[in-house]
Amino acid sequence: MARTIVITSGKGGVGKTTTSAALAMGLAQRGHRTAVIDFDVGLRNLDLIMGCERRVVYDFVNVINGEANINQALIRDKRCDALYVLPASQTRDKDALTKEGVGRVLEELSKGFDYIVCDSPAGIEHGAHMAMYYADDAVVVTNPEVSSVRDSDRMLGILSSKSRRAERNEPPIREYLLLTRYSPERVAKGEMLSVNDVREILSLDLLGVIPESKAVLNASNSGVPVILDVESDAGQAYSDAVGRYLGEDLPHRFLDIKKKGFFSPLLGG
Amino acid sequence: MLFQANFPELKDYLDPMASHPTSGVDSPKPAFELKAATFTLPVIRLLEVDMDSVADQLGGKVDQAPDFFRNTPVVIDLSGLPAGAGRIEFPLLVGLMRGFGMIPVGIRGGTDEQHEAAQAMELAILGDAFVRRSPTTREAPRQPTPAPAPASTRPTPTPVRPTPAPARPVAEDPAVASQRLITRPVRSGQRVYAPGGDLSVIAPVSNGAELMADGNIHIYGPLRGRAMAGMKGDTSARIFCQDLQAELISVAGHYRISENIPDEVKGVPVQIFLDGDVLRVEKI
Repeated sequence: MARTIVITSGKGGVGKTTTSAALAMGLAQRGHRTAVIDFDVGLRNLDLIMGCERRVVYDFVNVINGEANINQALIRDKRCDALYVLPASQTRDKDALTKEGVGRVLEELSKGFDYIVCDSPAGIEHGAHMAMYYADDAVVVTNPEVSSVRDSDRMLGILSSKSRRAERNEPPIREYLLLTRYSPERVAKGEMLSVNDVREILSLDLLGVIPESKAVLNASNSGVPVILDVESDAGQAYSDAVGRYLGEDLPHRFLDIKKKGFFSPLLGG
Repeated sequence: MLFQANFPELKDYLDPMASHPTSGVDSPKPAFELKAATFTLPVIRLLEVDMDSVADQLGGKVDQAPDFFRNTPVVIDLSGLPAGAGRIEFPLLVGLMRGFGMIPVGIRGGTDEQHEAAQAMELAILGDAFVRRSPTTREAPRQPTPAPAPASTRPTPTPVRPTPAPARPVAEDPAVASQRLITRPVRSGQRVYAPGGDLSVIAPVSNGAELMADGNIHIYGPLRGRAMAGMKGDTSARIFCQDLQAELISVAGHYRISENIPDEVKGVPVQIFLDGDVLRVEKI
């Protein structure tokens, strides 16, 4: 049986799709058969971030409607054999996702995969609800600012009350906090909430802190999940997060202001 | 805001239910009779959900005729609200009306969601049929609510949306609804009500979360949301809290918003209680 992980936030633009791509790639790199599904029907992005936008034939909605089978729609990643992408439909809207349809697709995927990563759309409406309903684990992506934290908090409330696990009185979804776009410099200036502030408000286990980094934008533009950029701090932070998710005990890095060394301007810091 | 007359149709609904004690030989002396009666109640027809402007204007009305409202049962009509008007702050509204001496008894019209919120405040849901027959609301397009069963004054819990969201009376969290001890964080947007008793929370209460209890409320953790004790008017109810950062606190309808809570009691253990008409916040 696969474990279903939803990547969610409530707020848009905080890095859900980047995180979905990075975590899915990280899990697959460690040998776990992983499928990543784009639930953002109508605003699909995951295929771009994964760099497979030119290989999309069938999509998630086609599979739900029975117009294609799951194997026709899954796109195998060229960099990692264990990773498959199920893209969203760009021409439909979120109502095309039905609870039964999504359940059927996840059920089928769980036979052949170890992990299913669900990239949730922003908001708390139907699309987001469908993405989280069947989840076993949830990664709540949050930026260190008050509105993002509040939206994450709202999403956590929904996770604990409107999921299938909640409805069936099963053990609750395991919730993890992933802080993205973290800038220790701006925290020091008081322009951003600190890791501890966010942790205290949300009272959650911290899966990782991803520093604000140009590498993320570069990775998105080139269709390479940022976790593959092993030189970058963001890539390393995502790699740590995957390790922690799998039970490794790793210290959090990139929480303090980088010391400016003599050579750092030359080396690009 | 409008003030409307009564709804005579009520009689049609209650008449078939009226029963008379049987005069059998062996039956004991009747302790009560069940009868139907028609009352004329003032109706407050809400036209917007902003409680500040409702408070202002209602205050003006009450000033004109204070005696008219004293201990008067009042019905809140939601049929005049535009679609998608936002959430109605029933706790505020009820507190406000009680403050003016009115006794809010029920609502009519509105959506399923609003009905749930009203039921959480122990307001009766008066049948939708009354609204539909009422000439004053005929021009206002109403949301598609299911037709109520003829003998029932409560709307059937048929979901309007395709997603079968279970209709629950109070809290979003089913595990939380009937319990009085909460061990997981109460998140933004969640509401927890402890009818008829105390509510204890041993976890943080986030901004935008609401705690309600007919008795006391105990929070062993930071309170960043709202806490309303003494929901049924128990003025001896208290709120105990380990770390007060609340948006709003209230006992029996007397409330304080964050702005009116002194800084020296914020972030420390406090108790909150009514001293006459004054809501006091004291360090403990």
